Amino acid sequence: MEGFKTLLYKECLRFWKVGFQTVLSPVLTAVLYLLIFGHVLEDHVQPFPGVSYTAFLVPGLVMMTVLQNAFANSSSSLIQSKITGNIVFVLLPPISYREFYAAYVLAAVLRGGLCGVGVLLAAQPFAALPFAEPGWIIAFTLLGGAFLASLGVIAGIWADKFDQLAAFQNFLIMPLTMLSGVFYSIHSLPVFWQGVSHFNPFFFMIDGFRYGFFGVSDVSPWTSIGVVTVCFVTLALITLQMLGRGYKLRA
Amino acid sequence: MIPAIRIAGVTKRFRSLQALAGVDLEVAQGEFFGLLGPNGAGKTTLISSLAGLARPDSGTLEVMGHDVVKAYRQARLALGVVPQELVFDPFFSVREMLRLQSGYFGIRNNDDWIDEILHHLDLTSKAAANMRMLSGGMKRRALVAQALVHRPPVIVLDEPTAGVDVELRQGLWQFIRKLNQDGHTIVLTTHYLEEAETLCGRIAMLKAGKVVALDTTANLLQRFASHTLRVSLAGTVTLPPALAAKVLAMEGKALTLGFESFDEVADLLAGVRSAGGQVVDMALGKPDMEQVFVGIMNQN
Repeated sequence: MEGFKTLLYKECLRFWKVGFQTVLSPVLTAVLYLLIFGHVLEDHVQPFPGVSYTAFLVPGLVMMTVLQNAFANSSSSLIQSKITGNIVFVLLPPISYREFYAAYVLAAVLRGGLCGVGVLLAAQPFAALPFAEPGWIIAFTLLGGAFLASLGVIAGIWADKFDQLAAFQNFLIMPLTMLSGVFYSIHSLPVFWQGVSHFNPFFFMIDGFRYGFFGVSDVSPWTSIGVVTVCFVTLALITLQMLGRGYKLRA
Repeated sequence: MIPAIRIAGVTKRFRSLQALAGVDLEVAQGEFFGLLGPNGAGKTTLISSLAGLARPDSGTLEVMGHDVVKAYRQARLALGVVPQELVFDPFFSVREMLRLQSGYFGIRNNDDWIDEILHHLDLTSKAAANMRMLSGGMKRRALVAQALVHRPPVIVLDEPTAGVDVELRQGLWQFIRKLNQDGHTIVLTTHYLEEAETLCGRIAMLKAGKVVALDTTANLLQRFASHTLRVSLAGTVTLPPALAAKVLAMEGKALTLGFESFDEVADLLAGVRSAGGQVVDMALGKPDMEQVFVGIMNQN
């Protein structure tokens, strides 16, 4: 356990030491989205009855920030360690691949959560949020964050250069998060695109998370939590299998 | 007594390259052991397999009796590895890095030992410095420190003095020797054959993934090397067959002749003179590991 705890601590210390880049920057980005989209669309769109557009937008941005930063933490840490070669320092000690996985994922969830809290606090002056069912907020933060953190572990291990990781981030993670209902309710989409959205796990993460704030959502939170849980468990098993085999880490 | 390292029938292939082709090796506790071989001979693959960084296709490896796959925790606790590459984590200071490394090995509050290692490696004044700020030599010493945080009984150093200046090299060896005297088993790979000759009690030579020689340093020198007489001549000569057989090397007008006993020197010089050679310079050389290495590599 000591190995796991130290690796977790090291991973947290790593992002904390560059907090401007890893925590404050994503918070600022999300706040800019909030200011711009909120200003433009506040008087034109009401996604749910009684919920203003800015209020609707805040949970979406919070969750988007959680997800993107959870992914960024595990993936960037691993690829940096691989490219600089210092990954050897965590491969030589008696740390099991399960401890390795748990430490990277948990640290990534913590960074995602910290960024999310930052966005939430920064958004307070712009919208009053009811926090209708906080249990769902926590559940989706943890599961969604862990899902993206696992994806980050896979990407960080798979990628051999920063360019490949950037491609993973920009061509997969970004579109899936942006097109997941952060900025709109999928009920405003044509039927076909509503159907397509149901194949995007990020949609369920955002929608379920938003339910925790307003008690209303596009689909039932139980459906969302089911989808997210299945996605996370599947990805976790794949990641553990990769780590267990030592894929691209142990020759 | 359980051997510090036991390697049995280890093979490893990387696509078309047979990196290890059935390696068997035992290193006793307390030995200072040398692992020599040309680039690509399999030294680093063997060390990686021992450290769990590579997985052999077949065979077994044990550290202090612990299988490196089945009992990897115990095996890794018993092993300290100084990697060949000069790697470091740019996020941390020397002390932070050593504390983290201690934690990975399950050790908390390790500062007393960390201070001692830093002192011996002359890094005390750099404890708070970021790893990026250290010179190459200091980074190398920090890597040695990292390998020692958990006080492993077996220490493997993979070319630790590559690109390191003479003063630092000597300091490093003094410390490693002390560790060996304190009972640590040391396994060393190096391209500096003189180092291996001076430090190692026993040496294994690898070529194309196989052990091609394994003996005490003294026996290897005795079996494969001889004293040498190097003579520079005024012109070229044709030596009689008996003398020509003793020629180890010929570079321009300089000849290197091998001999067993100093009594032979006068006869060798007389032979050269009889063949018409005019000696303008000469030097005697002791048997050395380079001769052994070249001899064994050419034999195989």
